[in-house]
Amino acid sequence: MPSHGPDGHDHDHAHSTVPDDTALRVKALESLLVEKGLVDPAALDAIVDYYEHKVGPRNGARVVARAWADPAYKARLLADATAAIAELGYAGRQGEHMVAVENTPAVHNMVVCTLCSCYPWPVLGLPPAWYKSAGYRSRSVIDPRGVLREFGLDVSDDTEVRVWDSTAEVRYLVLPERPAGTEAMTEEQLTALVTRDSMIGVARVSAP
Amino acid sequence: MNGVHDMGGMHGLGPIVREQNEPVWHAPWEARVFALSAAIGAWRRWPGDASRQQIEQMPAADYLRVSYYEKWLHGLTENAIRHGLVTREEAATGRPDPLAPKATPPLPAAQVAEVMDRGGPKTREVARQPRFRIGDAILTRNIHPLTHTRLPRFARGRPGVITALHGAHVFPDTNAQFQGENAQPLYTVRFQARALWGEAANPRDTVCLDLWEDYLDPA
Repeated sequence: MPSHGPDGHDHDHAHSTVPDDTALRVKALESLLVEKGLVDPAALDAIVDYYEHKVGPRNGARVVARAWADPAYKARLLADATAAIAELGYAGRQGEHMVAVENTPAVHNMVVCTLCSCYPWPVLGLPPAWYKSAGYRSRSVIDPRGVLREFGLDVSDDTEVRVWDSTAEVRYLVLPERPAGTEAMTEEQLTALVTRDSMIGVARVSAP
Repeated sequence: MNGVHDMGGMHGLGPIVREQNEPVWHAPWEARVFALSAAIGAWRRWPGDASRQQIEQMPAADYLRVSYYEKWLHGLTENAIRHGLVTREEAATGRPDPLAPKATPPLPAAQVAEVMDRGGPKTREVARQPRFRIGDAILTRNIHPLTHTRLPRFARGRPGVITALHGAHVFPDTNAQFQGENAQPLYTVRFQARALWGEAANPRDTVCLDLWEDYLDPA
């Protein structure tokens, strides 16, 4: 079991001190399940490869850039995100029921899962450790502006902060505001600007 | 259940620590736990809702102490035992019972991408007609089940407004108990932050939750 650090938080990231014990337990479980014929070891490798290479925030960035570049696509995305995202070839687990929510000067959207760590895998990949942390899950609904400030985002008091707690099987993608000064950029150039955090709603997209 | 997993609105649960250039996994065993969970899921012995419930029922101190994928490991191991894929003795020793027949994996490597791409939609065709319409004012029920629910404590007994209808979705509260899918209308409900947190909240701010019809009464 990992231990608490001096700051008391769950060490769920790079400097975590996961003892070898957990790795050994996983190895024993895997070999048991393989020996019993319950799982195909090559399938395990294929699953790991899929989530390392096929999904990730570049997928979502392409969706956002297309929506910025093509008003008809944006309308389809806001009306039926699952279908619009599938147009670009992204679909699957934890993205079966997608909704896209648009940031505007009047509304700033941000996404959390207070009960676990639900996240739209096909467009954003697997969630970062901070998204899964107890701090983010507990505070985002009660103190969203404080959380956003920690991420370097000050939202005006005149703007509604709308928090989406994905308590069911609907998954949310934030469509960030297109930054000024990007009018001449190609869709590919726009894609490179869009960050993972902007699609969770804890950051804005900046012009280069 | 009113577990520590239901942490929306709690204080003192630690800082939000961001990591630059974070890898997908922080240790190879995390990737294996993830992959084992997906591959074992193909046996369809228990629904994802039961996996969530298993994790939620960890002792609260353990839940807060262990890492994300250690929770998955716990859920996977306990459900594999409970639903007859392995015995507790096999899980403890890592060695299969020599008398147990060898199975054929239901998810071969060649099918992984297709199965992941397909996912598992939770919408169902049902005769039940939605009780509410967009714009309706509702009051969430004040319920405290001992088992899995998706109605967080902070949103119980609170007034909100229906802003979307998502069709009929499998109801996790019964599905996690093997009491049937009980698919029913799922709505987005918007709550004023002040209705949840009091006058200190910004009067413009809102929180949206996706809630099943059985959680809602007319306001």
